[in-house]
Amino acid sequence: MNRIPKPQTYGHNRLISVRGIAKSFAGIEVLRNVDFDIESGEVHALLGENGAGKTTFAKILSGVFRPTRGTMRLGGELVTLSSPLEAQKLGITLIHQEPLSFPDLSVAENVVLGRSRGGLRRVRWSNMEHDARVLMSSLGVEIDVRRPMRGLSISDQQMVEVARALSVESRLIVMDEPTAALTPKEVDMLFGIIRRLRDEGRTIIFIGHRLEEVRDLCDRVTIFRDGEKVATAPTSTLTDAEIIRLMIGRPLKEYLHKTTSSIADTAIVVRELSLPGRFENVNFEIRHGEIVGLGGMVGAGRSDVARALFGIAPAESGFVAVNGQWVTIKNPAEAIRLGIAFVPEDRAVAGIFRTLSVESNITAAVPHRIAPHGVLRRSVEHADAEEFVLKLGIKVASLRQSIGELSGGNQQKAILARWLLTKPSILILDEPTRGIDIGAKAEYHDMIGKLAAAGCAILLISSDLPELLALSDRILVMSEGRLTVNIPRAEATQEAIMHAAVPRAVHR
Amino acid sequence: MRQCLVRCIDDFARNATMNTMIRLAGRVAQVREAGIAMILVLFSLIAGAVEPRFLTGETARVVLLAIPLVLVAAMGQMIVIVARHVDLSMGSILGFSAIVGGLVFRDHPQWPLVIGFLVAILVGAGLGLFNGLIVAIFKLPSIIVTLGTLSLYRGILFTLSGARQIDPNDIPESLIRMAQTSPVGVPWIVIIAFAVALVVHCFLKHTEAGRHIYAVGSNPVAARLRGIRIFPVTILVFTLSGALAGLAGIFYAARFGYVNPGITGVGFEFTVIAAVVVGGVSINGGVGSVLATVLGVVLLGAVTVALPILGTSGFWQNALYGAIILIALVLGRAVRQGGLRGLSATKDAG
Amino acid sequence: MSSTETPLQAAHGRKSLLPALRWRTIIIRPETAILLLIVLIATLASRLSPYFANIAFILESSTYYVEFSLIALVLTLVIIAGEIDLSIASMMALSACVFAVAVRAGVSIPIAMTASLGSGLVMGALNGFLVTIFRLPSIVVTIGTLTLYRGLAQVLVGDRSIGSFPSWFVGIDFRSIGRVPVPVVIFVTAAIVLGLGLSSTIYGRQIYQIGANEIAARHVGIHVDRIKMGLFLASGFGSAIAGLMMASRLGSVRYDLATGGELQIVLIAMLGGTSIFGGRGTILGTFLASWFLVIIATGMTVANITINAQLTVLGLLLIVSTIATNIFYVRCHQ
Repeated sequence: MNRIPKPQTYGHNRLISVRGIAKSFAGIEVLRNVDFDIESGEVHALLGENGAGKTTFAKILSGVFRPTRGTMRLGGELVTLSSPLEAQKLGITLIHQEPLSFPDLSVAENVVLGRSRGGLRRVRWSNMEHDARVLMSSLGVEIDVRRPMRGLSISDQQMVEVARALSVESRLIVMDEPTAALTPKEVDMLFGIIRRLRDEGRTIIFIGHRLEEVRDLCDRVTIFRDGEKVATAPTSTLTDAEIIRLMIGRPLKEYLHKTTSSIADTAIVVRELSLPGRFENVNFEIRHGEIVGLGGMVGAGRSDVARALFGIAPAESGFVAVNGQWVTIKNPAEAIRLGIAFVPEDRAVAGIFRTLSVESNITAAVPHRIAPHGVLRRSVEHADAEEFVLKLGIKVASLRQSIGELSGGNQQKAILARWLLTKPSILILDEPTRGIDIGAKAEYHDMIGKLAAAGCAILLISSDLPELLALSDRILVMSEGRLTVNIPRAEATQEAIMHAAVPRAVHR
Repeated sequence: MRQCLVRCIDDFARNATMNTMIRLAGRVAQVREAGIAMILVLFSLIAGAVEPRFLTGETARVVLLAIPLVLVAAMGQMIVIVARHVDLSMGSILGFSAIVGGLVFRDHPQWPLVIGFLVAILVGAGLGLFNGLIVAIFKLPSIIVTLGTLSLYRGILFTLSGARQIDPNDIPESLIRMAQTSPVGVPWIVIIAFAVALVVHCFLKHTEAGRHIYAVGSNPVAARLRGIRIFPVTILVFTLSGALAGLAGIFYAARFGYVNPGITGVGFEFTVIAAVVVGGVSINGGVGSVLATVLGVVLLGAVTVALPILGTSGFWQNALYGAIILIALVLGRAVRQGGLRGLSATKDAG
Repeated sequence: MSSTETPLQAAHGRKSLLPALRWRTIIIRPETAILLLIVLIATLASRLSPYFANIAFILESSTYYVEFSLIALVLTLVIIAGEIDLSIASMMALSACVFAVAVRAGVSIPIAMTASLGSGLVMGALNGFLVTIFRLPSIVVTIGTLTLYRGLAQVLVGDRSIGSFPSWFVGIDFRSIGRVPVPVVIFVTAAIVLGLGLSSTIYGRQIYQIGANEIAARHVGIHVDRIKMGLFLASGFGSAIAGLMMASRLGSVRYDLATGGELQIVLIAMLGGTSIFGGRGTILGTFLASWFLVIIATGMTVANITINAQLTVLGLLLIVSTIATNIFYVRCHQ
């Protein structure tokens, strides 16, 4: 796809100016002092690792979050966006990664609804459908606007969202990973539309991680790293290698002196594991005492593999062997019995029992220990919980207190304690140190090292590259559902991981 | 045990004919109205084959007479369910409004009929408003709130009526006649009921407020992000539901000629919910059309009328309603998951 | 709400970390509120009539309500697990009708009772089946089954009442063990058993966990569906027992037995501090709430308040208690 090169000078047509934006969640800073400018008639990419802050920044721009500090000017005027609706009124629309639509209402309604206050105002269906039809065809999409949203492909749903953004005359459209679920043809179509919008003078902010796409589509690119903006430049002036280095370049801090553990025989073997739509033909092994890191971008399928191994969303085909025996794991109880433990990614959703005590949270996975004949043995429960509270350094006022009162880091440790109690031979950790402070992180890493030394086979899923590099004996990287590389510790570098994680060749 | 059950269902579902039928039914059900109409026709044919007396104009008249009450109430319940709530207090609101209307008729026989109507509707609206306020302000599940008001209102209406019924001689002749005839031969209440259905249809389909109700029921999170305020929508749906239950109360007085605090409206909400569920309104909100609900009411009415004609004792009525609700729920699920296979699938735990 | 975090290092010297008994947590709970309310109401009631100061009187009057209270105990478990069962009163009626019809057909009482209890299990199984296998929301399922079961009761016995049970079966409320009427003994025993079960067994623990976070519960290997099915079965079984108790007390059975029972039973559970959203509640709370209801209901009857006015009070009580419990949990646990 050729495009007419744009002038390389910027600054004449400033749409939005942002100074000193910072954002903290629960005391943890995710954005630090970001200055940012964007022009009318520009397609601008935001790049960065998982957790670098690009999505948070985009959400601040579109009114979903309010910044802890900083100012924003729209067309020179100071604005404060207190809600997405206000942002929309000012001409800024965010298109989420997972389209937010009304599945039971028609396409036309999804495009048009919410523009006015409501009340007994007459809804002119013919006008509405006409408007929607016009918008959709201007985007080159042929959908019957009268059909319900439910059942539309992701690509079409996105188109509806774009149409909606147009219907409210948006000047700035922010797109969060729009190409994640699209076929190459759909991607082409989307890009054609984006270019057309740009030529009309609108601005598009594009969050993505496929470098080839960014190079193809975007005029300029801004790179985030560890909550800061590290660079803004026209896309043509940066090579892929430079971009990647900007994304990850940081003095490598070794968090721990990795204790070499003797790596023994195979704990788990995975062959040709596939779940259509999520991951395909995954093959790897982990041996006792080994820590295998699993890197990749969000959506690459890492958590899906973990959940398949643990029996929550079993794979459709493939083979798994645990300690030399081929097994089929149909549910978590079976996985636990085989000695597998899984610390899930989102502790609020899949981890903690908020209203229950720390004690009962920690002992949740070992009913046979704390209640061998059905009756709860409180002394055993207490002793077990206490043992791990001490071992992991979990700060609690009392074991009986509700776990919801603990800090994030301590909750995370409690979940780890829960699984360590099962004395697993295979431990799967999914983003275990996300959202916790440096001190707790270091303690957690220490724990992982000791576990491996004691003979546990560990699969460490993480987006934190230094963490992966510091802890892993080998690093696997997944990209778009496939395992791309298997790098031994000696050869592993942040660049190498990033190269394997970021899909650069668009499959045509 | 569970695995065995799951396997049984899967085997049953794998049966090709079954699946084709379900798929066909599913596609027809996509056009909901057509599906229900089809079942209605089918049912009438079968009933008529068993007992020819069923297919007469007399039956049609009886059915027509039986439905106005359920019809207007079903409109109200439909609005509430589309918004992802439920109103279990409908029967009590109906009784309450009927009593108040009856008292107006009894104590002020010289007032025009329409006053009684208005009073009943307003009383119903007020009771509905109370429901809506409790649900919206305290964010409690509507099931619990309306379970409470079901008894609360019933209790109050007993006190109001002095535990005595409103006798036939207290009900104006003109009202009774409305349930029997009109210049066009079809009873007035039937006409009014269908007119109400029309108005509700126009409201739900052609006003912003109506569309907001669907939006909130379909995806409350998206609705809020789009600037639709949930609070007024909640209040509105319950108030409308109450008002329509109030209207149904007056219809009751017209149709039966008396109002008894211990009988009027008791258990009524379940009949209405059965009709609404048959009419294809999804319990998850966001889905429902007036036409389909009307057809659902007619179908239920036809089934109810058919029972005595076919020689089945009237005692089967409630059991039938219950079975219908359950079957409609299961079928609704099956259609949404694309066949019976989806039903027993262990959804992933995450 | 910031927690008082005591560094564990301070505990190094001690042998074990005794759970700091936070008096606040023990005292400020819904159960205490109910206890206080009972004391309050009892005082008021005894002002109304000297009978109330007499325990025997209270025990005797409680026999009218104890059937519902029994079911409320089981319903508490169901609600803690995050589900609900509104078909309880209908299950009472149908199982009682099954019993009566069996007796009328000449079957011996023990077998009739077994049939009745069996029917309770079947009804519970249907509820559980639809919820766990078809994954339908328990709220609408039990609305459907409450209509269905009541209807089947109607089919079974028509609109007549069936009585003429052998005299040894009738009048359970007049028999006593010691000075306590038999139904109350059954109730208290059930409360003790269920209370201990809930607080001291792994199943009880897992019921709380399912209600607190069903996804997390599956992640730790809890057999959620099995437990829920068990709860619905228990609900059916409990309703059948209560149905038999009522049949004995009334001496006869009609299809409309226990009409409106759903309200009272849910009310008792809510009054007892069970959170409608799941994950919280105790048998003790429900137990206390049952007595509270006994005193209120009996008090109203003594004060010559009609049954139907009592309904008003109960309805209002349900709403108010749910609001109060909700606010309490939200305020105190953030």
